Amino acid sequence: MHRTLALLVVGVSLAFGVDWFLGEFIEEYVVRIINLCGIAIILAVSLNVINGLCGQFSLGHAGFMAIGAYVSAYFTTTLRVLNTETGETIVRAPLFDGAWGFVPALLVGGAAAAAAGLIVGVPTLRLKGDYLAIATLGFGEIVIILLTNFDSVGAARGLPGLPNYASSFWILTFAWICVVGSVFLQRSTFGRALIAIRENELAAEVMGIRVARLKVMAFIYGAFFAGIAGGLLGHLLRTISPSTFGFMKSIEVVVMLVLGGLGSLTGAIVGAIVLTVLPEALRDVEQQAKLPGIRMVVYALVLILMMIFRPQGIFGQRELSLKLLRRVLPARLRGGDSETKP
Amino acid sequence: MSVLLETELLTICFGGLTAVDQCCLSIEEGDLYGLIGPNGAGKTTVFNMLTGVYVPTSGSVKFRGRLISGRSPVEVARLGISRTFQNIRLFDELSVLENAMTGAHQHAKINLFDSLLRTSRHYREERRQRERAYELLQFMGLEERAGLPAKQLPYGHRRRLEIARALATEPRLICLDEPAAGMNTGEKAELSALIRRIRDELGVTVLLIEHDMKLVMGICEKIQVLDYGKTIALGPPKEIQNNPKVIEAYLGGD
Amino acid sequence: MLELLATVDSGGTSLAQALLQQVANGIAKGSVYALIAVGYTMVYGVLQLINFAHGEVYMLGAYFSYYPAKWMGYTTDPEDPSFVPAKVPLYVVGFLFVCSMACCALLGMLIERFAYRPLRNSSRLAALITAIGVSLLLQNGGIMLFKADPRGFPTLIEQSSVDLGLVALTNTKIIIVVVAAVMMAGLHLFVQKTRPGAAMRACSFDMRTARLMGVNVDGTIGLTFAIGSIMAAVAGVLVAMDQPTIDPLMGLMAGLKAFVAAVLGGIGSIPGAALGGLLLGVTESVVGTFSTTYAEAVAFVLLILVLLVKPSGLLGKSGREKV
Repeated sequence: MHRTLALLVVGVSLAFGVDWFLGEFIEEYVVRIINLCGIAIILAVSLNVINGLCGQFSLGHAGFMAIGAYVSAYFTTTLRVLNTETGETIVRAPLFDGAWGFVPALLVGGAAAAAAGLIVGVPTLRLKGDYLAIATLGFGEIVIILLTNFDSVGAARGLPGLPNYASSFWILTFAWICVVGSVFLQRSTFGRALIAIRENELAAEVMGIRVARLKVMAFIYGAFFAGIAGGLLGHLLRTISPSTFGFMKSIEVVVMLVLGGLGSLTGAIVGAIVLTVLPEALRDVEQQAKLPGIRMVVYALVLILMMIFRPQGIFGQRELSLKLLRRVLPARLRGGDSETKP
Repeated sequence: MSVLLETELLTICFGGLTAVDQCCLSIEEGDLYGLIGPNGAGKTTVFNMLTGVYVPTSGSVKFRGRLISGRSPVEVARLGISRTFQNIRLFDELSVLENAMTGAHQHAKINLFDSLLRTSRHYREERRQRERAYELLQFMGLEERAGLPAKQLPYGHRRRLEIARALATEPRLICLDEPAAGMNTGEKAELSALIRRIRDELGVTVLLIEHDMKLVMGICEKIQVLDYGKTIALGPPKEIQNNPKVIEAYLGGD
Repeated sequence: MLELLATVDSGGTSLAQALLQQVANGIAKGSVYALIAVGYTMVYGVLQLINFAHGEVYMLGAYFSYYPAKWMGYTTDPEDPSFVPAKVPLYVVGFLFVCSMACCALLGMLIERFAYRPLRNSSRLAALITAIGVSLLLQNGGIMLFKADPRGFPTLIEQSSVDLGLVALTNTKIIIVVVAAVMMAGLHLFVQKTRPGAAMRACSFDMRTARLMGVNVDGTIGLTFAIGSIMAAVAGVLVAMDQPTIDPLMGLMAGLKAFVAAVLGGIGSIPGAALGGLLLGVTESVVGTFSTTYAEAVAFVLLILVLLVKPSGLLGKSGREKV
């Protein structure tokens, strides 16, 4: 327990320090990319619990994000609703005012997403593999379509005017919490049980592991952090619309996982960073080459080639650790040495 | 001795095929019970019904006086029946020790938040599982490989690890599905000794499916023979060896 | 229902009439879904791969007839609405269809050869991600080459309304239904009655055994992709002709919904794709009479319901894991 508290203090101080440093010395454009990376890390690491550890292939992560984003925005944002009968615009002040209302709003958003995780997780228990993927994709699409029909949150036009609360501090703090939580989860009896389910569901059942309960738990955990990430993204972009959370967004998160190596937490983090930075870097290339649209084409090509030549992702299921680095690097160096020494 | 597991007229049909026909088993606490029969006799299917993997078409399974047929594999496991598989089903990406620890998971008395917040209960539980798993790895002679990923384990050791993992669930009854398949003579002898020690030292009742006659006859005290889903003989090894029906079933007489 | 029908006789645009009309529209819409769904279902049957790029093949099917038409001078000019294009002769219409079918067949086989075949022995997930990659590539390649804004498709057939008694449909919609029905029936016969069809069934049953029995597996998989793509190409041209606009993103939703249709009907089954497509098209249209926005959700609600009740789809077979 005291270890957890210490880690939390370290994380918050780090986030505070980095936030200050970024604000002081780094240009806004780069800070924005770093913020997006932080959000992507939360998304990828939380989906890794569902897809990577538990092996439940979910394509609905953006749906959970959308719920988190809209619910938190509902509490922090001034809503303007047109009353169709009287023609008047009703203005509703934010329910949670000020920057300190942000965290409760985020948590409520996360909780709402977690509840959705429960709602998706329970009925889809009997589905496996592709069928589960398609059902969760369907769930994501349903969320989007429902949001498109809610006039109070702007329907298809989206909801503008979210307050500017998602600072680097909060993004990094939550990313830290999500990563540490996932490491703790992975290295516990529950993490081993989740991996057991992924590796061999029947054997896990025969060990008395409550497969159904753990699968739903994985969904709830993943959905909660997806909701938090959605809330953060909403308050970073400051305008959210249903199309922000379309199924391409879900796929983007899956691609981050697969690129890093499904099941590897560090892989998820690296995948999240690469896939956030790469499109931005390509944006520069696009402007210089004067070829609008080439960005996504290159992105797609990288994806295909990556899968053909390294389908297990950058790290496979290994974790990037100092141990691994020590093992890989000296091997190279020794190889170099052997040429000079007979 | 009290009856631990009892099946009555256990029957299962797949489509038109009756895979197991009115099978009656009665296993007493402390038995070393062998279930044998030619290929396709329905032995593994009986196991699957005992452990909740298949739901019998008719008949019942009672374990410690409680009706368990129709319950899920998870519930059955938690009541105290554990098993291994004919086609080994280990958790390949976990280490040998972690595989055994998953067996101890069902007795964990902590919740997710204990692990997420790393409370002292979490550490106590980890220690309990690790110690229990390590003991069983020692028992099965695998302690030197504890840190290895299960997928890198040689074949004979994989079978042993499956037994260690099953024992980690602290079962009253362990069902071993052809544990000696693919082993050489030396490995088989070691395994026989281990199986006997499971019963004698750990006090776990053993139900064994095995093709190797020598092994079964050597360690089992009661043997039941299935052929085409029907019980054709039941008794101590001596009787079974001389039973004409059994000889006929194995030699394939008409 | 009888009472509702009775109100039709009494004349007027009653609810029942509107519903019937929507059912008819839904059949036309469903026919398109079915044509696309066949490609998903056949590929899934053989490779257990959701070919996400299939929706893009459908989109390109429309473009593969748009450009030849344009080069031959048959085009609408968005800059000049008063420009009246020349009437397209029937043989040109035929040529456009064939051209689009041929190009898409080739495209489908190329996708299989270069993107999917190298991954045949790696994980399903890697193949799925590759399929998504191909889909993104074609979609964004399309945006780059054709520009994102919609284009007017030349009038292949002058649209007119045909009165069918209880309902009225445009002639293009009737053509969609008829062509789709003929193509689906033809495909069913092909798969059931011919040697290559038998090879396809053998591959989808058990690819390794099929190879051992001397079936040319690679050729058969290529053929599967070619046929699926031909069906999608026809759907693309038919829709372009009916709409009549096309854009590089038209394959996204259509593809997704056609896939849903394939799952509904039972993936791997060709009659299932037809059933699923029609069911989806009709339900969507009928719900659309009450709420156009919720009609979009119908596909996915239906999908989840069917998966929960019968995960293998309406006409699908379920397998059992051997223990």
